[in-house]
Amino acid sequence: MSTLEHKLTNTTEMVFTAEFHSLDGNGLEKAKKYADRFQGWFDGVNATDNTAAHAHASNVATAIAIKQLGLEPIMQIVCRDKNRLAQQADIMGASMFGVENFVALTGDDVTAGDEPEARRVFDLDGPQLVRLMSTLKHGEYMSGRKIDPAPQMFIGAVENPAAPPFEYRVERVAKKYAAGAKFLQLQICYHQDRLEKFCAGVKSAGLAGKIAIIPTVVLVKGPRPLHFMHNSVPGIDVPEDQIARVEKAADPSEAAYLQTLEFARHALDQPGVRGLHITDFRNDETLERLMSDLGRVRQAVTT
Amino acid sequence: MTTFIATVEHLVKGPVWGCQDCGQCVLHSTGMTCPMNCPKTLRNGPCGGVRENGNCEVKPEMQCVWLKAYDRTENWPLPKTWKAEYNHLRPPVDNRLKGTSSWKNFFTKRDRWTPAGWAKSTDEAGH
Repeated sequence: MSTLEHKLTNTTEMVFTAEFHSLDGNGLEKAKKYADRFQGWFDGVNATDNTAAHAHASNVATAIAIKQLGLEPIMQIVCRDKNRLAQQADIMGASMFGVENFVALTGDDVTAGDEPEARRVFDLDGPQLVRLMSTLKHGEYMSGRKIDPAPQMFIGAVENPAAPPFEYRVERVAKKYAAGAKFLQLQICYHQDRLEKFCAGVKSAGLAGKIAIIPTVVLVKGPRPLHFMHNSVPGIDVPEDQIARVEKAADPSEAAYLQTLEFARHALDQPGVRGLHITDFRNDETLERLMSDLGRVRQAVTT
Repeated sequence: MTTFIATVEHLVKGPVWGCQDCGQCVLHSTGMTCPMNCPKTLRNGPCGGVRENGNCEVKPEMQCVWLKAYDRTENWPLPKTWKAEYNHLRPPVDNRLKGTSSWKNFFTKRDRWTPAGWAKSTDEAGH
């Protein structure tokens, strides 16, 4: 059982996860630097899968590197780039190296990336990939061929509480839960009212406590990344007043940090929320500051 | 005969529903909205990239197929049994059926075949 699974299943502790940086040249060396910043703070670190449809070192290689650097990997798998055969192979390959946490995503479209001419795959969709993961966990490939022993897996998915149709997003949570998802990392949400309604909906659907909700906050240095997310990332809407409070502040960097802290505290207060996922675009001391301000104490590194 | 049925089906469903000839039609369970018109061909609901105005991540000028499906399921006078199927987990597409008649596949039950590993999982697969 992974540490993440243990904490979410057997304790009531909040868990904190972070997004590992995409790796390109000098990947291993850089991975070490990134890992050092995360050591002791996080219960799991996401190995991304060609984020925003840009090619990088693979999710499998990154997850293994994270594991070897003493952190607990959460391997993301998107549906955009590979068919069901390749997805199963990646899970089984990562599993050979002790990767246990997996997250199923639909994935951004190829047109979001720098190679929009690429063929999009989407052989499976997100909920189908969750179900496929469950099949593997129960010791079979999709074909029914046995896997003995079955891979150790803790299965998660994602959801966007801030994208239309809002009222339907909770039903998708139910669908992913039924397919086998035990935790749900949420897309960045700059509308507190939407997150509140989403979490209340999950609770009234009887799913709070069954599927661990982990909202995401992002550390940014100023208004530019907010404008970028608002204008260029479909599914993320940053309200004007949230951009303005950073843009018009005497110290935009500090205002951006305080905004993230406020959203983090608000998210952690919602029903069914079992932790927080942090995306760090700042690469400065505010990562530690945020963790400390949220009452976390850095754990001694045991590796 | 098989080709003839597939041709007739496409002539009817192409202009009306934008049929993409997947051969395993789920129109009735998706508010009479063909999910194969989603650029990502998602069969189980909208992705997280739906824009603030309800339009598609990939084709910003087009309403999200799944928003349309949801709206129609809620508001069109469709049979209750069809509406109830909206939230069912639809299995992965069987790519061998592409271009064949879903009418024929429905009556022969060919469209209900799923791989053994999928079929065996229960609704509460992971729990």
